[in-house]
Amino acid sequence: MAKKFIQMLVSFCVLYFLASPCFGGDALDAFEGQKGTVKIAGGTAHIPVMKEAAKRIMTCYKDIIITVAGGGSGVGIKQVGEGLVDIGNSGRKPKPEEIERYNLKMFRWAVDGVGVVVNPANPVKSLTKYQLQEIFAGKIDNWTALGGADHAITVYTRDESSGTREVFWNKALDKSALSAKALFVPSNGAMKTAVANDPYAIGYISVGYMDASVIPVNLDGVTPTLETVKNGQYKVARGLYSNTKGEPTGLTRVFIEYLFTPEGQQIAADKGFIPVK
Amino acid sequence: MRASKETVAKGIFLFCAMASAVIIASILLFMVALGLPLFKGGAFFSVWTGAWAPHQGYYGIWPMIAGTLWIATLAMALCLPLSLGASFVITSLGGPRLRRMLNALVRFMTGIPTVIYGFVGIFLLVPLIREGFGGAGMCVLAAGIILAVLISPTMVLFFSDSLQSVDPANVQAAKALGADRVQRLLYVMLPKAFGGLASGFILALGRALGDTLIALMLAGNAVRAPHGLLEPARTLTAHIALVKAADFDSLEFRSIFACGIALYLFTTAATVAVRWIERERMMVP
Repeated sequence: MAKKFIQMLVSFCVLYFLASPCFGGDALDAFEGQKGTVKIAGGTAHIPVMKEAAKRIMTCYKDIIITVAGGGSGVGIKQVGEGLVDIGNSGRKPKPEEIERYNLKMFRWAVDGVGVVVNPANPVKSLTKYQLQEIFAGKIDNWTALGGADHAITVYTRDESSGTREVFWNKALDKSALSAKALFVPSNGAMKTAVANDPYAIGYISVGYMDASVIPVNLDGVTPTLETVKNGQYKVARGLYSNTKGEPTGLTRVFIEYLFTPEGQQIAADKGFIPVK
Repeated sequence: MRASKETVAKGIFLFCAMASAVIIASILLFMVALGLPLFKGGAFFSVWTGAWAPHQGYYGIWPMIAGTLWIATLAMALCLPLSLGASFVITSLGGPRLRRMLNALVRFMTGIPTVIYGFVGIFLLVPLIREGFGGAGMCVLAAGIILAVLISPTMVLFFSDSLQSVDPANVQAAKALGADRVQRLLYVMLPKAFGGLASGFILALGRALGDTLIALMLAGNAVRAPHGLLEPARTLTAHIALVKAADFDSLEFRSIFACGIALYLFTTAATVAVRWIERERMMVP
C-alpha cells in the first residue's frame, strides 16, 4: 500500500514537472540565477502584458519579484526618470526634452491602436472624423443627431498624462478643442467600465482592451481592430514603449529582452497588440 | 530629583508639540514656495477664481474649489442628521439589542476599504441616478451620497463616545427631576457633549474634504464648476491625483500646490470656526 502510494506520488511529481510552465521554455532560461525586484509603472495599456510576463517569470523563479502599477504614461516617464521605478511604460514616444533630461532609453515592443467605443446598446456604430470632433467638442450633444436614442451624449476622456489621450487627440481629433463637460477617467480599464455601464457614453480605449462589453465604432468606415491597425488602414495607432533611465542592467535588462523574445511577443499578441517582431 | 524629572518630561512634550506645529507650518510654506511660479505675473487672483484650460494658458482652480465645496457640503448635510440619529439610538433611545447591533454595524463599516464604496457607487448608484434623474450619472449627487456613507461611521463613533462620556450624575439628576429619555438626551447629554460632537464633526469634514477616491470614481471629474446636484464635478484632491503626472516644471503641475493650499485653508477655517462656536458656548453659563 505504502509502495503504491509512493509510486503515485513520484509519478504525480514527474507529471507536475512536465506540465509546469517552467519546463522547456527557452525564453525564461535567461532568468536563471537572477534575483531581486523589478518595479514597473506607467501606461495602463501595457498592464495586461506586463502582468502576464511577470506571472510567468515569478512562477518559475521564486527569487524574482516584479511589481506592476498603472498611473498613465506621464507617470511612467516621470517615475523612471526620477529613479522611483526600474521600468516606466508609456503609450506614446517620450518627448525629446524628457529623453534628454532623464537620459531615457526607449524600447518599443508592440504597436497598439486607439479606437472609439460605445455601449453595446447604442445603435450608432459608425462615425466620420468630423462627427467625432464635433462630439468631443460638445457641438453635437444628442445621439438623435447621429441616428441614436434621444438622450444627451456623455463624453468620456482621459487625464492629460495619458498616452492614449495624446495619440487620440493628435490623430483622431486633430488637436481640436475638448468640451469642458467631458468626464475624466484615470485609466483604460476605468474607461471600459464607464462605457460598458453607460448606454449613452462615448469614449476611446486601447484596441488591446476591447472586448464584448463595449462596441468599437467605425471611423471613416474603418473598424479599429488588430487587423486594420496591423495593415495600416486604421491610422490612430501608437507604439507601446518601456523606458529605462540609461542603458538597462541586470534583471531589468533581462526583463526587457524577454519582451522581445518570441514568447514575450506572443504574450503581446495574445493580449491584443501587434508584435514588433 | 523629582523636579528635574518633571522638567525633562515637560521639555520632551514641549519639543513634540513644537515639532508638530513647525511641521504643519512648514507644509504651508512649502506649498506656497513651490506654487510661487503660478502666482507670478499678477495672476494671484485668477488662480483661485479662473477657469482651467491648460492649453490656452489658464490654470485657475475655481472649478475644483467649487466641486470640493459642493460635494463636501452635500456629504456633510446628509451625514450629520444620519449620524446624530444613529448615535442617539446607540446611546439612549434604542433597546439593548438594537443598540448592540447598530454599534457592531458601525464599527464594521469603519473597516470597509474606500474602494469598495466606490465600486458600489459605480455599479449600483450611478446607473440608478442616470436612469432616475437623467444626466451622466457620475455627478455631485452620486459622490455626495457615497461620501456621506463613508464618513458616517467616524461621526457616529465620535458622537456616541462623547454622549456616553457625559457624567452619569448629571443624567441621574435630570431623571430625578422627572425628565424622560428624550428630554435627558436633548437638554442634558447633548449640551454637555458638545465638545466631542464638534471634534467628530471636524474629523468627518476633514475626511469629506480630503477624500480622493470617491470623487475620482464617481463625480466624473469634468473641469467645470457644477451648477446643480446632477452635474459632474472635479474635487481638489481628484485634480491633484489626475495632474500629478504632468511635467514637474509645468504650470499645470504647480497648480497642485494651489489646490493643496486651498484644501489646507478650508480645513483650517472649518476647525477654527467650530472651535470658536464651542468657546462661545462655554462662555454662556
